[in-house]
Amino acid sequence: IIFLNKTKKPQKLLMKLFSLIVIHSQRQLLWIHTFLSLCSSLFFLRVQFELWDSDDPIPRQELLKKVKGCDGLLCVLTEKIDAEVLNAAGPNLKVLSTMSVGFDHLSLGELKKRGIRVGYTPEVLTDAVAELTIALLLATSRRLIEATHEAKTGGWGTWRTLWLCGYELADSTVGIFGLGRIGVAIAERLKPFKVKKFIYTDVAPRPELAAAIQAEYVSMDELARQSDFLAVCCALTPETQGICNKNLFSKMKNTSIFINTSRGGVVNQEDLYEALSTGQIAGAGLDVTVPEPLPTNHPLFTLKNCVILPHIASASYTTRNAMSALAANNLLAGLRGEPMPKELQL
Amino acid sequence: MHFAQPVLRVFVTRRIPQEGLELLQRAAVCTVSLWDSDEPVPRAELLKGVEGAHGLLCLLSDRIDAEVLDAAGPNLKVISTMSVGFDHLAIDEIKKRSIRVGYTPDVLTDATAELTVALLLATARRLPEGIQEVKSGGWSSWKPLWLCGYGLSGSTVGVIGLGRIGLAVARRLKPFGVKRLLYSGRQPKPQAQEVDGEYVPLDSLLCESDFVVVSCALSPETQGLCDKAFFTKMKTTAVFINTSRGAVVNQEDLYEALTAGQIAAAGLDVTTPEPLPTDHPLLALKNCVVLPHIGSATYSTRGIMAKLTANNLLAGLTGEAMPSELKL
Repeated sequence: IIFLNKTKKPQKLLMKLFSLIVIHSQRQLLWIHTFLSLCSSLFFLRVQFELWDSDDPIPRQELLKKVKGCDGLLCVLTEKIDAEVLNAAGPNLKVLSTMSVGFDHLSLGELKKRGIRVGYTPEVLTDAVAELTIALLLATSRRLIEATHEAKTGGWGTWRTLWLCGYELADSTVGIFGLGRIGVAIAERLKPFKVKKFIYTDVAPRPELAAAIQAEYVSMDELARQSDFLAVCCALTPETQGICNKNLFSKMKNTSIFINTSRGGVVNQEDLYEALSTGQIAGAGLDVTVPEPLPTNHPLFTLKNCVILPHIASASYTTRNAMSALAANNLLAGLRGEPMPKELQL
Repeated sequence: MHFAQPVLRVFVTRRIPQEGLELLQRAAVCTVSLWDSDEPVPRAELLKGVEGAHGLLCLLSDRIDAEVLDAAGPNLKVISTMSVGFDHLAIDEIKKRSIRVGYTPDVLTDATAELTVALLLATARRLPEGIQEVKSGGWSSWKPLWLCGYGLSGSTVGVIGLGRIGLAVARRLKPFGVKRLLYSGRQPKPQAQEVDGEYVPLDSLLCESDFVVVSCALSPETQGLCDKAFFTKMKTTAVFINTSRGAVVNQEDLYEALTAGQIAAAGLDVTTPEPLPTDHPLLALKNCVVLPHIGSATYSTRGIMAKLTANNLLAGLTGEAMPSELKL
């Protein structure tokens, strides 16, 4: 997280940045590039900045202390930017840049009220997220985690005809809950697996996006009934909070696979546990949970047919670099009073 | 009751999916002697069971060599394997005895290509590592560089052996934003055009690929192909995937390459031997994902394979054209 204000000396901070960067391997050269661009741009602007120099999230108290008098704030999705933080920051704050496409951690009403501009990172992470969603879907449907476990623990005998059989994409119906950029990207990647039909549900039809993937608009009930694979790609809003619940799961096929890489809050985890343990659905893959991290004694971990990843959908080197560069550029544009590459309309 | 001709006898070496067994039973062309187990038939039982058999339905775990063929005797006219691979069959011996062979190409192409892509993605995006961290309490919060992997977007993929399965894999990888699709083999393939495949020498493929996918048949030429020299030529950030046959890979050299950082990661669905002993060094590596040969393991595909295997066998018994005959 980076705080910008115009008072302190930059030298020490530059060294801190270097130390953060050089511990990583050569794949992280772009990080160096990003931060150096940021540094040089900021030098030129004659602002300087402070960095919470850690891989771990900034504790709340530190956050409230450090935002005081900031003109700009660059955060990630682990920081809840609400009225308390904005009040602590004070009237100088004119731009908030988040290194994420999700913005459920930001109090948009409060930001709008204060005339603060917001930058985020759509599109640059679409490929990585779509790719991870499919990785998760396939790992779930083809039982990869059960399989690697058997290979390591002696459950692997010789080749057997029905051992570890899974469900194929060929000839299936894939349903997308929330058809945005990521939903379309997922469908595009699934097509050559010989998917028979794409269907989607959303608050309203999305004809242009749907046309790109020849997807049919259906009700939520129909999505549940017809999908062999159901991927949740919607934003987390008051309307979608807990929307994947027993009402949805009870209508799904008992051979179906449920995948969520959107936000944990969209799923009612108790209902999901019920559905999985009673065989209402065949399997589930989650990249997002409530809370994150999910406590290691959570019941979902006891299920063989539930695959849980630690929110790594955008975790490719090139994508994280692109996200950080975009977040930096959004921030700089906000400070200069210029159009942002990706501004969130409030 | 007497029969116009001797009853044809068939030995089936495993409990195959119902769809296949039913076909054999309903056809009423043969009597079926079945090793009714999910586990492989022991060698001694196999040698006994094939005695006088006209047809043999087997799996890839059954080595059908001169000893088995001799034990079977002169009645044996057809061997039907429930696999597309036939490296477990002593082809020369079989040909010598004019025995016909059925196998299961095409019907398992989709499932196997799908599993190959699943394995590639799981390896490149570090899924098993991620899941381990989650279960062991290593997941604390979202972090910018934690568990970062290699994406397909903008990458170069090299397929060694662009056959049915290799081509099917290439088709599935394309929309992930693969920039270049290279392939190597004995000669260029016209069907490569469909995926904009570039035919290149193996060395070039190894130097330039971010993802190397081995999809060739096991033959004397490909035995041990993936060795120290092979891995040395690859990029240190490259991901190696093998879903063909274990013997194409020199496993000691692969272990070296992975631990020395010569390549970034490997995913294997096939090993030598199978199963791989649980204390094998490859199983202890974080950057090596090993699956227990589940390439074609979907309910629908195994059912279809069983039916095809049964139909190949029946055709061989009655002297008709097989749906999928292996040219010897």
